[in-house]
Order: sequence, then structure tokens, then C-alpha cells
Amino acid sequence: MRISEQWLREWVQPAASTEELAAQLTMAGLEVEAVEAAAPAFTGVRVGRVISLAPHPDADKLRVCAVDAGGEPLQIVCGAPNVHAGMVAPVALIGAVLPGGLEIGPSTLRGVESRGMLCSARELGLSEDHAGLMPLPQDAVSGTDIRDYLGLDDRIIEVNLTPNRGDCLSLSGIAREVGVLNRCDVTPVDCSPVAPACDATFPVVVEAPGDCPRYAGRVVRGVDPAAETPLWMRERLRRAGLRSLGPRVDVTNYVLLELGQPMHAFDLGKLAGGIRVRHAHGGEELELLNGETRTLDAGTLVIADGKGPVALAGIMGGEASACGDATRDVFLESAFFAPLALAGRARRYGLHTDSSHRFERGVDPALQVPALERATALLLAIAGGEPGPVVEVASHAALPGERRVALRAARLAAVLGLAIDAAEVDEILGRLGMRAARTAEGWDVVPPSFRFDIALEVDLIEEIGRIYGYGRLPVARPLSRLAMAEQSESALRRERLHEALADRGYQEAITYSFVDPAFQAALDPERSPVALANPISADLAVMRTSLWPGLVKALLHNRKRQQPRVRLFESGLSFVRGEGELRQAPHLAGVACGLALPEQWGEAARGADFFDVKADVEALLALSGEPEAFHFVAAGHSALHPGQSARIERDGRAVGWIGLLHPAVERTLDLEGRVYAFELDLEALGGARVPVFRELSKFPAIRRDLALVVPEAVSALAVEACIREHAGELLREVQLFDVYRGKGIAEACKSLAFSLILQDFSRTLTDPDVDEVMSRILAGSAERLGATLRT
Amino acid sequence: MEELQQLVRAAEAAALEATDLAGLDHVRVHYLGKKGVLTERLKALGGLPPEARREAGAAINVAKDQVHAALEAREHALERAELERRLVAEAVDVTLPGRGQRVGGLHPISRTLSRIEALFTQLGFGIAEGPEIEDDFHNFEALNIPAHHPARAMHDTFYFDASTVLRTHTSPVQIRAMETGRPPIRVIAPGRVYRCDSDLTHSPMFHQVEGLFIDEGVSFADLKGVLFDFLQRFFERELEVRFRPSYFPFTEPSAEVDVQCVICGGGGCRVCKHSGWLEVLGCGMVHPNVFAHVGIDAERYTGYAFGMGVERLAMLRYGVNDLRLFFENDLRFLQQFR
Repeated sequence: MRISEQWLREWVQPAASTEELAAQLTMAGLEVEAVEAAAPAFTGVRVGRVISLAPHPDADKLRVCAVDAGGEPLQIVCGAPNVHAGMVAPVALIGAVLPGGLEIGPSTLRGVESRGMLCSARELGLSEDHAGLMPLPQDAVSGTDIRDYLGLDDRIIEVNLTPNRGDCLSLSGIAREVGVLNRCDVTPVDCSPVAPACDATFPVVVEAPGDCPRYAGRVVRGVDPAAETPLWMRERLRRAGLRSLGPRVDVTNYVLLELGQPMHAFDLGKLAGGIRVRHAHGGEELELLNGETRTLDAGTLVIADGKGPVALAGIMGGEASACGDATRDVFLESAFFAPLALAGRARRYGLHTDSSHRFERGVDPALQVPALERATALLLAIAGGEPGPVVEVASHAALPGERRVALRAARLAAVLGLAIDAAEVDEILGRLGMRAARTAEGWDVVPPSFRFDIALEVDLIEEIGRIYGYGRLPVARPLSRLAMAEQSESALRRERLHEALADRGYQEAITYSFVDPAFQAALDPERSPVALANPISADLAVMRTSLWPGLVKALLHNRKRQQPRVRLFESGLSFVRGEGELRQAPHLAGVACGLALPEQWGEAARGADFFDVKADVEALLALSGEPEAFHFVAAGHSALHPGQSARIERDGRAVGWIGLLHPAVERTLDLEGRVYAFELDLEALGGARVPVFRELSKFPAIRRDLALVVPEAVSALAVEACIREHAGELLREVQLFDVYRGKGIAEACKSLAFSLILQDFSRTLTDPDVDEVMSRILAGSAERLGATLRT
Repeated sequence: MEELQQLVRAAEAAALEATDLAGLDHVRVHYLGKKGVLTERLKALGGLPPEARREAGAAINVAKDQVHAALEAREHALERAELERRLVAEAVDVTLPGRGQRVGGLHPISRTLSRIEALFTQLGFGIAEGPEIEDDFHNFEALNIPAHHPARAMHDTFYFDASTVLRTHTSPVQIRAMETGRPPIRVIAPGRVYRCDSDLTHSPMFHQVEGLFIDEGVSFADLKGVLFDFLQRFFERELEVRFRPSYFPFTEPSAEVDVQCVICGGGGCRVCKHSGWLEVLGCGMVHPNVFAHVGIDAERYTGYAFGMGVERLAMLRYGVNDLRLFFENDLRFLQQFR
């Protein structure tokens, strides 16, 4: 909310400077977002009166004026269409500096000397209006500095209010706070009743008293349609960010700013029958003041007349019943709508107005009639007219009643960590407008009607803390009973996995959890992702089922920036819809493209392949403490190359995938090169066994190498398993160390060479012992796999 | 005798002339081998009279020792020279870069999160996690934000359906921690959060760390203490910290916490919008309505909660000037945080 400091100081006169005032408000929870000048800097502009004017001899559109600016008349050439004799307008004298630094000097326009410049509002930075000169009232004294005349050396304090402080959405509310903070009195404006000058009324029926507990209205007849809003009021509206729309509407906006009561002015002549405050019938239509038409939901609170809705209650008036230039008879509305009745309504209709903003946050339920009196008085003073009596329909049962809140001194001290002196509490509560009576335990407090946010003891505690000053409350260190939390040794620290990948050349990425549906479909086509109802953009519309879409997009981002070698990993949730249930599972995934090792001397440049990336995954699996429980099983995945993809299983359960992205995916996503990817379900990596010590053998170990020739289709894993199975208990280790195809090996076969370490716990092994093991392995693998010993 | 001395001198000269171990071996064989000159002399002793034999034998043995010593000295010299040659030949340019994989690194947000977690776990805070697709109850209702509360409009929520949202803050983890645990409760909840807002200073996804401390006798003064310490430790600087009244539906009293601008030191700059202060945290005492939702006795227990924006802290800590960099994953950016 934008507050004029000059206006504020009419209400309350603290000794504080502007900066101090802003700091006070901020530290009381009314955050001052900015303090800015009410008008840009300029000098040398005076009130001027056009005494006479004559046509310019050489230019049709220019006039030569004689202007009284307080001294000798000045000859000024002016091109504004609205300039006329007798007009009062701002005039920039020779030497004046206008906003933006334009300096006014003597000039000659088409041969005629001009000693100054008559100004539009835009030239003074006061509005966007540049249709003509800025007209000033006839009673303005020529030669007066325009900054003094308009009070432009004012500052606008922009306050950012939290939603609980609806009571501060007005000058009076902010003034109350300033009064409390500075312990000085606040002068309210005069809202005393305006005596009716006629008996004109307009009937009001409230059919929804729960949603509209109070409705006050008043007819003002015979308003002068030619009357103009006085400059001071226009200036105040402007400084608050509102446009002047003529006296009938301006007074309602002015009272809104001043007191916080939203009001509406109807053209009485355009209303039929009487006012009915009711819920809309579904399908009713209303053309609003902003020119848009809305079809109303049943249940929306409306102001209707005999023919139909004329306003969206508390949100915006209708176009058909609005005051126009010719309106003479006005019906002023000042109502209290229950916050819950309006909650969410404006948003539902795509609207947000000064009125709805206030009603949603709460308006003082006692303010309607005083505000109506204030608006009447202002309207009469500006545009005349005859007010009728105030018509008020109130449902006292529905109006918020007086609340009593008990405040215990002990609780106050316990929550704030400080026992504040009782007299100071009395003082704070009193200044806040609360009626507080001391009780045995503390206070019995009745909050004022405008503090509808105070309902609980803790609300009062906050108020006292806030006014006392958070900065003055003590600082303590936590004191708590320390109990050791469980620390599972089989839990795998996620950071450890991240560090392992970082050490292996991967850079951690963080990508959005919502992804491009095209990437999602290309990289995990079998699962249908969960879609957002209101995505921020079409390419961030679905929740990822895999971390690949985000990572591949990030990889692509880097590829396009001349990074040929990219290795990225990410950990985070993936979102997969199972049978009716949504699984949000932590995953760890990586992508790699380019060279296996960074380009370097002494190593032949070699593109990364399946086994480079597999080694990275194996390093992660090793951290689980149970690497032997994991297996890579050749299996197909829609996004992966059929010959280079494996499902990663733990004890037969799928826990991840690794492979080369399918050439078709590579093409679809325009990857321009091979990309390897892996993904693991992190939950599957946990739960490792705690190590159990095994005795070391005191006898020497024997190494034997064994090269077996097997058909291509036989996997290394199958051969190794066969070796383990037939080796018996003497086998300690088996390691594949060579794969060979070609000369000396039959077509469609390969030679796999393993080293075996054999050892016994009770004796030194002899050659016959080892030979027996080796022949068992040979016989077993020949039978099972068709393996032969390489010769 | 004279002749024997000449022989020794000749052997010594031959040893010195040998340029490698093989050549030296030839000298050894020539003098000391089975058929070597000195060996033959010894064999010839048998032909001398017994009284002369002893003296002559002693002289030959002395000569043998002398030749042996000369050979050995030469052998050592040759070995030293050989080693010297090898060392020269094996010298490398130590300034050539090392070979192998180059290390990658962690994301600056992870780095910041780890730092925050390390500071709070020191004080016995546990680390809790929660779902990111959250239900309305945990994200709003239980946090005292009923439907149509004006605070909801400030959340710019992503929806799946009327009752399922992407969590807009990490505060629902508070509720889950209170549903499953009983006081004393000390947890922090780091994680991703989502708001339907994207511009220069807003990302539709960002990170928060929520904190919750509930026990008997916890006051606003304790909250001030823990956050005051956290900010000083996080930035590793003595910074002014101020607590400013604010409003969150799930805490009361509520505060926003500002630190003295870490960029300009409080003098005023573009980052702090010339105020000298940076807003870094929201916090407050847990609202009794929240306790009611999770069945904790608000008369017996009090507690505080706080929430911080991780990107903001990372930007201030490392001087990053554009929020969007965190999610572009440009290697040139990421590699700066190794």
C-alpha cells in the first residue's frame, strides 16, 4: 500500500523523520518496501496565469501567450491545444530544470521569442497525461512555486502488508500503528452524521445476512454533474496509485484509502426496484466496470436490483449501474461482507481489486455507517446535492461479536523468554486499542472491532512482542535433554555415493522435477507420467518418472556449448504411478558422452563405452557393502540400444538400468553422438549387511590361469558362475583377465581367460589337489556350456 | 717377487681399462679364473721346495687379494656409472600433467545443503524427508492455512487435482515429523519445493531447509539464539542479525530474519536494495492450531520452526548473481564449485 507521508502526518505527528518512520514500521511487522518521492525532482516551476494569447504569425498550431508568473508578464510560445486566456497552469521559468534534467532557457520558436514553458502534467512527471497543459484551480496565486502549491515535496511510503493485517490497509490503520509505536495520539477524521436534507431512500433487502451482516446505503440527489474533483483529492488519489474518475467515484475511493472501507456509488437512475443482497442464480450474467462480462456461479454473493445483479459484492460494480458524466442522483453503498463469503471469489473470476483485497483480509465491521457519513460529507462539499437518511440493514447475530481473550503473564513470559513489566503490557495493549483489565493470572482483553485478527492468547503475545520489539527480547542457547539417536550401519549415506561419482569425473546436476513431455516420452516411453494441472510452461508439464529426461537435456545444453565430453549425475525423486498409488522414489542416475578419459597425453583418445560406465556403476554398488548381490542382466529397454543394455538386479529384483541410448532416441532428441546412461533405485542400495570377519588362511595360495573357449552366446557371468560352482571350497577368488577372439579360436567363439586363486585353511595345497579342481571345472563347463580348454 | 708385483699392476691397469662389467669379468677370469695367471701360479707351488713354498704361496695370495680388490673397486665404479646412466635416462618432465580421470564435483546447492545440515546436526537435529507431491492437508490445512486463506494465493501452487499439490514449502515435513514423533523433536528437513512462478528472481523449483524444535520450555529467545548462531557460522562472519515481525499462518509470534548485507557490509548496494539488510529466513513459534492438528499438548510443549531458502544463501555465500544458473547445469558454472 502506498502512503503519502504528508497525509499520514495530518493524522499523527511523531517526532520521527521519514527514515525513522520507515524503520519503525518495518520493525513492527509492516514492512516498508520503498520510500520514494511523490514527484520527481524539478525546480523553477511556478503557478502561471495566461493573461492573453495571440496566434503565432508563422505557425498554425502555436500560440503566443502573455503569462503572469508573479512578476512582469512573460511572452511564452505554447502549442498545447487546451491553452486559453484565463487558464491557470504550471509555468517553467528561464533557468528551471525539469524532470530528466531538461533546462529551460530563452528560445525562439519560428521567429518568436519565448521566455519559459507552460507545462503538461507529464512534463512535470505527475502523470502520463500529455493531452494539454495541466489545469490548475482559478484561485491558485500566480508565482507560487508549484512544489509548494501541490505539496510535492512529499514522500510515498510503500508498505508491504502481511495478510493478517487487513486493519492497516488504510491511512487510519497505519496512523494507529505509528501512534502506538511513538506513543503519541492519533487525530481521527470527522465522521459525524450528516443530517438528511431530503427523505429520499432506496429500499434494501439482505437475503444473505450470514455473508452480508451489515449493509448501509444512502441516496444523494441532485449532485452537480459538472463538479470536478478538487486538486488536493486528485493528488492524494494519484499518490496512492488511483486515477481520478469524477467526484462521485473519487469520494468512495478516497474513503477507502482513508478509512479502509470499500464503497460503491451507483447511479440511482439506473437502478430498478430496490437493492437485494443475495446469492447469484447459476448462469446469471453481469457486465463489470472493467468492461468484461462474467457468468456467475450459483452462490456468488451479488448486489442485485429488481432486474438482476448490479455488482459482484465486495469485488466490482457493474457497468450498467455505474455513475457517468450525467449522473445526478447517487446511491452510496457501504457494506460489511464476511471474509469467508468472499474468500477466493475474486480469484475465481480472475479479478483482484482494492475492494476484494480488503474484504478477504477483513474490514472493521463497525466502520460502515461512519464511512458512509464521511463520504457523504465529502461529496456534498465537492458536488453539492441533497442527502437522504442512512438506510442500514444489520444482522447482529451474524456480525462479529465482542471477543474476550485471556492473557496469562506466565505464558507471555514462557513464549517470549522474558517477563515484561506488567505496566508496560498495560500501556502496549491500551495503545493498540485493547480494553485490558488485570486479573489474578494476567489480563482479560477485549480487542477493538478493527483488530479482527486477535482471537487467541498467542495473538496477544505476538502483539506485545512486536510492539515491545523483537530486538529487545533476549537471546538464549538451546537447552534440551540429549538422547542419542539410532545410527544404522547398513544405511548408505547418499553423500558418499555422490562423492564417489564426483571422484570418477561426474559433475552433479540439479534439474527440474517436471520435464519436457517429449524427453519423457523418448526416454521412458512405457510409463505414463503424472501431469501437472497448471504447468508453468508446456515443456515443463509432466513429473519425471526417470532422471534421464532432465539429465539428457542438461547434457544437450552443454554439448551445444562446445563441451564434447559431459558426465553428469543427479539424485532426486522420480514419480511413478503404480496400481493406484504414486511412488516417489529416490533415484541416482548419470549420463556420459565423449571420451572415456579427458583428452590427455600418453593415452590414446578413446570414446567411453559400456564398460567404462559400468565400472562407475560397479563402484556405486560396491559401496552398498554387498556388491556380489548385484547382477547385470542383458535385457531390453525402449530407450536403450538392444545390444548394449542391462537391467541391474539385486537378488533377482530389478533395481536399475544401464546402457547406450538407442540410436533412434539419439536422433529424436538430436543428441549428435552416443550417450550412455544409468539409473539406480537408491532404496535398493541400502540395507547392506554389517561386515562379518572371516579367518585368514595361514597356508600359501596358488594361482592358476584358465582360458576357456565358449560360444559367443555364452556370457562371461555364466562362465564365472560355472567356475565357482565346480571349483569347490578351495576357490578364494576368480577374476576374468582377458577376452580373445580371432586366430586360433573357432568362428563364433571367444576365449575367456580367468585367474583362479586357490587356498586351503588346514594345509598347503599340492599340485594334484589343484589339478583335481581344474579338471572338475573343465568337465563341468564343458558339459554345461560346451567350453573347451584353449590350446 | 718383482714379477708378481708387475702382474698385480698389470691386472689393476686392465681392471681400470674395463668399460663394462663383461669386460671386467674377462680381466677377472684372466687373473683369477680356474686357469687364470695367478691360479696357475698357485698350482705351480707344488714344484717348489717345501721351505720356499710357504713364502711364495703367501706372496701369491697377497697378489690375488690385491687383484681382487682392484676388480671389486672397478666393479663398484662401473655399477655406480651404470646407475647414473639409468637415472639420467629415466628422468621425466615432472611438469607434464598427471594422467587419468579428472574429478568432477558437487552442485553448489548440494554443497550449501551439506553445510547447513552439518551445522544443525552438531546440535542434535536429525534430518527428515517428505514427499514432494503432497496432499492439501500436510501442505496447507495442518499448517493452519485453510482453503481460501489469503496466504494460499501467495503460494502460487502447482496442482495435480483439488487435493494434491507439489509442496510449496518444506513445512509439511514439520507436520509429518510431529505426526510420527513425540517431543522432544529436533529435525531439519531439506528439500525441493515448487511455486508456479518464473522470472529473474523466481524459479519454479527451489530448495528450502525447514527446522523444527519442540520441547518443554522452548521460547522465542531460544529461536533467536539458534538462528543467530547459524547465520554467523554459515557465513563465517560476525554479522548483524535482526528479527522483524512478520506473519506465517503456522507460527506465532512470527518473524523474518535479516542479516547485515554480506555484499556491502550494510552500507547499501544493489543486492540489498540499498537497505543494508538481506532477508534470509522466516521463523516463529509453532502455532497452537498446528499442535492441535497433530495432537501435541500446546500447554505443555512449545516449539519453534524456521525455513530458509537455500538458493538465496548459496547466492550470498558464493556471490552468484543469477538464480537461473543453478538449474541450467552449465559445466562452466558447476565446475566452479568443485
